[in-house]
Amino acid sequence: MPDDKTIHLKIKRQDQPDGKSYWEEFELPRKPRANVISCLMDIQMHPITREGKEVTPVVWECNCLEEVCGACTMVINGKVRQACTALVDALPQPIVLEPMSKFPLVRDLHVDRSRMFENLKKVKAWIHIDGTYDIGEGPVIPEKQRAKAYLLSECMTCGCCLEACPQFAKDNDFMGASTFSQVRLFNMHPTGAMEQEERLDAIMGEGGIADCGNAQVCVEVCPKKIPLTESIAEIGRETTLQLLKNLFLK
Amino acid sequence: MRKRKPQYIVIGGGLAGLAATMKLCEDKAKVTLVSYQPVKRSHSVCAQGGINAAIDTKGEGDSPESHFYDTVKGGDFLAHQPLVRDMCYQAPAIIHLMDRLGVAFNRTPEGHLEFRRFGGTLYSRTAFAGSTTGQQLLYALDEQVRRYESEGQVKKLEWHEYLSAVLDSEGICRGAVLHDLRSGEIFTVKGDAVVLATGGPAQVYGKTTGSTVCNGAATTSAYLQGAKYANGEFIQVHPTAIPGQDKLRLMSESARGEGGRIWVSRKQNDNRDPLNIPEEERYYFLEENHPRFGNLVPRDVASREIHDIVYNQKLGIGGQPMVYLDLTHHSEGFLEHRLGGILDIYTKFTGDDPKKVPMKIFPAVHYSMGGIWTDYEDDGNGLIDHKSPRNQMTSIPGLYAAGECDYQFHGANRLGANSLLSCIYTGLMMGPGLIQYSRNLTSHVEEVSSTVFDQARDQWRGRMQAFKQMNGRENPYILHQELGEIMLANVLIVRENSRLAKALTQIDDLEIRFKDLQCPDTTHWSNPAPSMIQQLHCQIQLAKIITKGALIRNEFRGAHYKPEFDLNQPEDFDPHEYVEYNEKRQYGEIREDEFPPGHTSYMKRYEECNEKWLKTTIAEYQNNQPEISFEEVNTSLVQPRPRKYD
Ligand SMILES: Cc1cc2nc3c(=O)[nH]c(=O)nc-3n(C[C@H](O)[C@H](O)[C@H](O)COP(=O)(O)OP(=O)(O)OC[C@H]3O[C@@H](n4cnc5c(N)ncnc54)[C@H](O)[C@@H]3O)c2cc1C
Ligand code: SF4
Ligand code: SF4
Ligand code: FES
Repeated sequence: MPDDKTIHLKIKRQDQPDGKSYWEEFELPRKPRANVISCLMDIQMHPITREGKEVTPVVWECNCLEEVCGACTMVINGKVRQACTALVDALPQPIVLEPMSKFPLVRDLHVDRSRMFENLKKVKAWIHIDGTYDIGEGPVIPEKQRAKAYLLSECMTCGCCLEACPQFAKDNDFMGASTFSQVRLFNMHPTGAMEQEERLDAIMGEGGIADCGNAQVCVEVCPKKIPLTESIAEIGRETTLQLLKNLFLK
Repeated sequence: MRKRKPQYIVIGGGLAGLAATMKLCEDKAKVTLVSYQPVKRSHSVCAQGGINAAIDTKGEGDSPESHFYDTVKGGDFLAHQPLVRDMCYQAPAIIHLMDRLGVAFNRTPEGHLEFRRFGGTLYSRTAFAGSTTGQQLLYALDEQVRRYESEGQVKKLEWHEYLSAVLDSEGICRGAVLHDLRSGEIFTVKGDAVVLATGGPAQVYGKTTGSTVCNGAATTSAYLQGAKYANGEFIQVHPTAIPGQDKLRLMSESARGEGGRIWVSRKQNDNRDPLNIPEEERYYFLEENHPRFGNLVPRDVASREIHDIVYNQKLGIGGQPMVYLDLTHHSEGFLEHRLGGILDIYTKFTGDDPKKVPMKIFPAVHYSMGGIWTDYEDDGNGLIDHKSPRNQMTSIPGLYAAGECDYQFHGANRLGANSLLSCIYTGLMMGPGLIQYSRNLTSHVEEVSSTVFDQARDQWRGRMQAFKQMNGRENPYILHQELGEIMLANVLIVRENSRLAKALTQIDDLEIRFKDLQCPDTTHWSNPAPSMIQQLHCQIQLAKIITKGALIRNEFRGAHYKPEFDLNQPEDFDPHEYVEYNEKRQYGEIREDEFPPGHTSYMKRYEECNEKWLKTTIAEYQNNQPEISFEEVNTSLVQPRPRKYD
C-alpha cells in the first residue's frame, strides 16, 4: 500500500505509434522535493513495476527541467501540464501519467508536436529583416508596449492550450490559440507589422481563427499565463478589418 | 555551369548553432541543422539574466575596451586576448541586431534599451528581456532559421543525434554520422564542413543547473577522433542555485544585479525564521569582505566564500549547506517587473515567495569554460580577421565548433551574461571563414569516395548494436549517477591533489564496470537506451579529461582553486603595483623594500606561477587516456596581473 514513504504512479504506455496502449504501475520511495520527472528518472534506474515485473524504462521528453522549454508536457492526473513543475507532494495519489492525446504518439509519454512548428511557418512568425549587418539600433519601442509583447513571447510551444481546446483535433487543421497569439505578437512589432496582412490572410482560411468556438479553456491551462483570449479577440478584430479591406481593395 | 552552393552541417540549435545557420544562409549556403530535440527547446532557453554589451547608455563611461578588460581579468588572464577583444567590440552590434529581430528587451522611459548590473564589473552592461533573456534570444534566432527553412535553405533533422565526424583518408572532415532517435537508423550526411554547436557538458556532474541534453558527448566524440580538448578542468560553479532532486535550478545572478543580498546569521545553527533575525545579527559576508563589488564579485569568488562560510565557519542556515539570498527589501511591484520569471521558478519549486521571504540557495555546477580546442586568426591590430577559415576550426580540418562547447572566451572563469554573447558572437563570426574554407577546398565532398562514408556508417552501426546487446549486470543510469557523485565529491570548488588522484581511480573503476552494463531496452523504435550508453561512454572519457587536467595544474587560477597553491595575496596589495613591478623588472632585480612589505615576494611568486601555468591545458586521446600538454596564451594586449575584487 502506498503511504507517506512511497509514491504510486500509474503510467499509460504504448510501444509504437500504431501499437496498443497499456497501463503499468510503479511504486517508488518518496524523496524530498521530488517531481514527476525525478520519479521517471528513478524508474530508469529501477525499471520494475509494482508487481515486480522488469520492464523497459518509460520514454518521455524533457530538457530544461524548469518549465521554459515546453518539452515535458503530458497529462498528469487528467490535467495537461509540464511534468518538471509537477511536484509530487502537491499531487493526489496514484499519480496518473498519460501522453497528450491531440498529437501523434511517438512512444509512451512522448508525442510529436511538429504541427505547431509548421503552423508558425504558415503565419510567418518572424520579423523579416534586411540583413544581419550592422545598421545600428532597432526601433524605439515604448516600455508598455514591450511589456505587452513580452507576455506573448514567453510561449514555449508546449501545446497545453491545444490539448485542452475542443476545436483542436488530430484530424483537422485548426491552428489553435498559440498560433493566433504569435500572429498578434509579430503584428505588434513595428517591423513585424509590415507583414501583418500576409499573417492575417494565413489565419483567415481553413483552420483559421473563424473556427475558434471561444470556449476559452485554452487560457486556463496555459502555464505561462499568456492572455490567449485577449489575443484571439484582437486578432479576430484585425481579420474582420482585413476581410473588409480585401473585399473593397482587391 | 551553375555555381556550386556551399553546404554545411550544423550540429545543435542553441544560440550558437542557430546564429551560425542564419549567417550561413544569408551567404546563400545550404545548411542541415541537426538536434536531439526541436531546436526551439534547446538549453539556451534556460538563460535568465542577460547578455553583455558596453553600450554605455547611462553615462558611466563604459566602453568595449573596459568590457574586454573585465572579461580577461574575470577569466584570470587565461583567454586569448584578441578574440575576447573582438567579441567585446562586436557586442553592441549583436545587441542591436537581436533587438531588430524582435527580442523584447526591457526599455528605458524613452524607449531605448535598458541595462542592468551583473557580476565582475562596475558598469551597467547587461541587456535583458525580463528574466528569460536566453529564451527570447533563442526564439528570435529560431524564427529567422524557420524563415530560411520555409524557403528551402535549411533542412532540419530534429530527433537526430550526432555520433561522430566522417574523416577522409587525409583526416579532413567531410560529413557526420547521425542516428535517427525514432527509427534507430544510422546514416551519414555530407557537407563542406561540420559545425559543432552542442553546448556544455554539465551532465558529467549529474545534478547541475544544466539541461538534460547537456551531455558533452559530441565534443568528446571529436576528441576520441583526435581533436584537441582544452582547459577541461575549468568548471564554473554558480554561487546561487536552488537544491532539488532532478536538477539544481539556477537563481540568476540578475537577482544580485538588482540588489539581492547574500547573508547568514552570525550565530551557528541558527534556526530562527530569517525575518526574525535582526539586522545586526546578520552577516552580509560578501559585502563586508568586498566593499566595492559587494554581492557582485565574480562567481568563482562568491562560490568559494559561500563554501567557506558553510563548511569552515559552519554558518550555513540552521547548520545546513545553504545561505540566504535576500530581495525582500524591494517592493513587490519592482521585483515582479524586473525578476518575475526567476522568482516564479523559486516559488514553483519551493512553495515560498521570495518577494516575502529570503531565498535559500547553494552553489551548483553551471558552466564549462573549457571545451573543444578551436583556432583563430588575429588581424595584427588586436582584433580578429573575420575572413579567416581558421576561426573556430578545431584541430580536425573542416570540423568547427562554436558556443559553450568551445573554449576560447572565458579563460579560467566566465563573467555572468558573457556566455550568451560568446555563443551568438562565435556563431555569427565564423560564417565568412566557413564560406572561405569551402572556396579554398581543392577537392569537394562530392569527389570523396563513398567507401569513406559507408565505412563510418557501418562502424557506428556495429558499435550501437553492440551497446544495445550489452547484457551485464549494471544499470547505465545508475552508473551515470555515480559518475556525477564522484565528480561532485572531488572535482568541485576546493580541489586537493589526493582527492583528484582518488577520483581518477574511481573513474577507471567505473570504466571497468561500464563493460558490464545491461542495456535496459532492446526494442527498435524510439529507444533512448543505446544512445544513453554511448553518451555515458563519452562522459567517462570527459570526466578523465577534467580530473586529470585539474590534478596536473598545480596552481590557483579562477575557478580552479587549490588551497595548497594559493599565492596568498597581501591584504593591502594593489594590482597596479604589478604593472609597475613589471616595468622596473626590465631594468633588473627588484629590491624587497621598493614595495610595501611582502609585496615584492608576492609578485615574484605570481610571476613564477604565470611563467609556469599561464597556459592552455590541452588534452589529447592516447592509449585510452588523456595526454596533457600546454600551449601559450595570447596575452599581447594587456599585462596579466593579480586579480582583486575589493
Ligand atoms: C540555468 C542557466 C542560466 C544561464 N544564464 C545565462 C545568462 O543569463 N547569461 C549568459 O550569458 N549565459 C547564461 N547561461 C549560459 C548559457 O545559457 C549557455 O552557455 C548557452 O546557452 C549555451 O548555448 P549553446 O548554443 O552553446 O548550446 P545549447 O543551447 O546548449 O544548445 C546545444 C544544442 O546542441 C544539441 N546537441 C548537443 N549534442 C548533440 C548531439 N550529440 N547530437 C545532436 N544534437 C546535439 C542540443 O539538442 C541543442 O540544440 C546560463 C546557463 C544555465 C544553465
Ligand atoms: S477559445 Fe476555445 S476554441 Fe478558441 S482556441 Fe481557445 S480553447 Fe480553442
Ligand atoms: S500559448 Fe501557452 S499553452 Fe499554448 S503553447 Fe504557448 S505556452 Fe503552451
Ligand atoms: S523540461 Fe522543459 S518544460 Fe519541463
